[in-house]
Amino acid sequence: MQRRKIDFFKLLCRIASVATVATLAWMILEITHQAWPAIQKFGLGFLTSARWMPSRDLYGVLPFLVGTSVSAFIAILFALPLGLAVALFLSEDFLPPSIRQAIRFTVEMLAAIPSVVYGLWGIFVVVPLVQAFGKWAVTHFKHVPVLDVLFAPPAYGNSMLTASLVLALMILPTITAIARSALVAVPPPLREGSYALGATRWETIFRVLLPAAAPGIIAATILALGRAMGETMAVAMLIGNSPRLTWSLLSPAGTLASLLANQFGEASGLQVNSLMFAALLLMLLTLLVNLAGELVLRYTQRQTAGIR
Amino acid sequence: MDLSTVTHSDIFHGSMARSGTRAVGNRVLNVLCVVLALLTLIPLVSIIVLLLQKGLPLLRWDIFTQLPPAAGMVGGGIGNAVVGTLVMVGLALVLSTPLGVLSAIYVNEYAPNSRLSNAVRFVAKLLTGIPSIICGVFAYAVVVLTTGGFSAWAGGFALAILTLPTIILTAEQALLGVPKAHREASYGLGATNYQTIWRIVLPDALPAIMTGVMLAVARAAGETAPLIFTALFSQYWLQSLKEPTASLSVLIYNFSTLPFPHQVQMAWTASLVLVILVTIANVTAQLVFRKK
Amino acid sequence: MESNTPTADSTPAETARRADFIKVSRFNFYYGRKQALFGIDLSIPQREVTAFIGPSGCGKSTLLRNFNRMNDLIDGVRHDGEITINGRSIFDPRLEIIALRRSIGMVFQKSNPFPKSIYENVVYSLRIAGQNNRKTLDETVERSLRGAALWDEVKDRLHDSALGLSGGQMQRLCIARAIANKPEVLLMDEPCSALDPIATAKVEELIHALKREFTIVIVTHNMQQATRCSDNTAFFYLGKLIEFDRTAKLFSNPAQKQTEDYITGRFG
Repeated sequence: MQRRKIDFFKLLCRIASVATVATLAWMILEITHQAWPAIQKFGLGFLTSARWMPSRDLYGVLPFLVGTSVSAFIAILFALPLGLAVALFLSEDFLPPSIRQAIRFTVEMLAAIPSVVYGLWGIFVVVPLVQAFGKWAVTHFKHVPVLDVLFAPPAYGNSMLTASLVLALMILPTITAIARSALVAVPPPLREGSYALGATRWETIFRVLLPAAAPGIIAATILALGRAMGETMAVAMLIGNSPRLTWSLLSPAGTLASLLANQFGEASGLQVNSLMFAALLLMLLTLLVNLAGELVLRYTQRQTAGIR
Repeated sequence: MDLSTVTHSDIFHGSMARSGTRAVGNRVLNVLCVVLALLTLIPLVSIIVLLLQKGLPLLRWDIFTQLPPAAGMVGGGIGNAVVGTLVMVGLALVLSTPLGVLSAIYVNEYAPNSRLSNAVRFVAKLLTGIPSIICGVFAYAVVVLTTGGFSAWAGGFALAILTLPTIILTAEQALLGVPKAHREASYGLGATNYQTIWRIVLPDALPAIMTGVMLAVARAAGETAPLIFTALFSQYWLQSLKEPTASLSVLIYNFSTLPFPHQVQMAWTASLVLVILVTIANVTAQLVFRKK
Repeated sequence: MESNTPTADSTPAETARRADFIKVSRFNFYYGRKQALFGIDLSIPQREVTAFIGPSGCGKSTLLRNFNRMNDLIDGVRHDGEITINGRSIFDPRLEIIALRRSIGMVFQKSNPFPKSIYENVVYSLRIAGQNNRKTLDETVERSLRGAALWDEVKDRLHDSALGLSGGQMQRLCIARAIANKPEVLLMDEPCSALDPIATAKVEELIHALKREFTIVIVTHNMQQATRCSDNTAFFYLGKLIEFDRTAKLFSNPAQKQTEDYITGRFG
């Protein structure tokens, strides 16, 4: 009698495990199923077409794919140096532990703030700033090659640049946390060896620490990239939500995530299928990026385990 | 160079180069690094200052008992939104906690090296990376389309998918944290797997599991994307779980872009409340964990 | 498991005591592909103390842990050969492992009391067998703690956490816990290695008292302990049983050269 009771619980746990695995499969299948009419109609052209017109039932997500990539890229551009600086700051001892603790607390708090609050703050603080910068940039870069395209008029407040800056702030904690563990995991013998040979702090950092921690930092970047691509609310509130493909960072744009946020509530018919298609793409994109980041992270853990 | 003034710290931190370009470069980089690090303080300070500045004025007890103001009106509150958030987070936990904890138990106690366990771990890691809006899309497909309407159930379902991986991963860590020696002692005394898990392992792991749940609560409470087209919003008090339901995060989203200053200010107040809620959940989680 | 109940302390009827209470026959044991025990043949007498000695990695703990099939908890292990306790094979598929483990008590190297009260630690084995009668539990607690020479020290704080005890007390608590269900065999895997000399002396004293009721097998790397506590000693080396004899004889006049080398400290 006892035996049967135990097996029952084990069976229950087993079912739970199967259900967990099934959830991911179900997600992919269900969204694909919902997207099917759009997949059938547009095929791969969905990714290359820049026309998103609900009125004519024509859908293409190129502007949003570009928007997702560009916003994530710019976010990394700002967040990586900043995040690395903070990570270095936290792993070395420039300043006393109390200040380091304060920074650490700051970064943790930043990570806990909901996306929608970032959006609200962005509306009030970043939009005017970018708008002011935009006006300045438009006049000053008018005759500079490349920059005149990137900062072409008119200068909007709700633009790619605004969203990307706030995005950078949001992924900063991710980069800082992972990069810091990577730096801290560098075995002390490596550091000591460098100093013993007479190197300065920064020579050690650039020549020894950063290369040793490189895989971890790369993992951090990839995972942060994944987060940036999936980030929705702040982007939706700041990017201007335009389906037009444009070079200028000062113009409104859109990402896959913001597209979904904006249109799902009121969509019907083929539009829903197309949005599902877009969701499928976003899901696959972030899954791939996260998988890559996870693999690099695992590789780094094996690496540092070996040096000891 | 006067060696008598050199400190251990100097030698260890390579700042012995007191002259020349090396030293200057070092100093510059030091300063740069510190400046950049302190730079991160600025946005946070700005956010907190604004939250307090714009959110505090309307933060009175009566906003928790009133409904949101209609467009253009003043007064009102965020009562139904707070209730909605709590209810949907609760629904999410009811769904994801048993599923997550039981999965973690299977993975850690019954079959740690089986293919199923490896699959669970892998899937949990992948699920953490899925954008929250996709959870909303999934809930839309599964609940909204099949029931024909927006509801608290749909919102709760979306949040459940969101919190599931966190719970599995933290529960697994919690179970791993139970010393092997305790399990051995239990088995040595002739206990079954079931008895060992319920009498020894789970009680020991409980604080850490609660931490995981609290962290999941903190995250779920702040999410907007999974709710905007599953639970939608409502101007009224919660009557049924099968109807569109208000939530703090969606209220903030809706109100922040309205052209009415009162509504915008309410959005700030709601943000303040939300941030306080999330902070309490996070701090509780840390405290519980440290107590162990 | 049935056993022959002894009638009185030192009467000829005592020979109802089996000389091969625990009998190991042609026993080989493997961790995956690695063989850890080679053809062990051993007969352990009832109600005596038998010590397993040998250098680290010689297999003494592995063999000990086979007696209550604790090795079953490890993946990829296998064996061939036989082990019987009181004539009954421990590998008999009809035998429930749970029942086997309840009739054998085990004390580990590092004491591992549960993070519960002293009382709950001792009665754990009764509760999992479904015994929740308050009176029975109370009696068991007193009997076991007395048997472990711990009663006087903790009788006023039975419901305090077990983790508040000293190292030596914790180990005696683990012994009390192990004997609560009146097992027939008591296995001890280096029980004193984490204890200070005073605590060690107390435990060794205890072992002398316990052998009146239990068959005790103790793994130890401390040869002086083996001479102090045990009636019989088995010397293992690299997974093989080299020599088994009465302790006095093995230490004063070992039959094998390897045994002699080990106990004189030429290696180990």
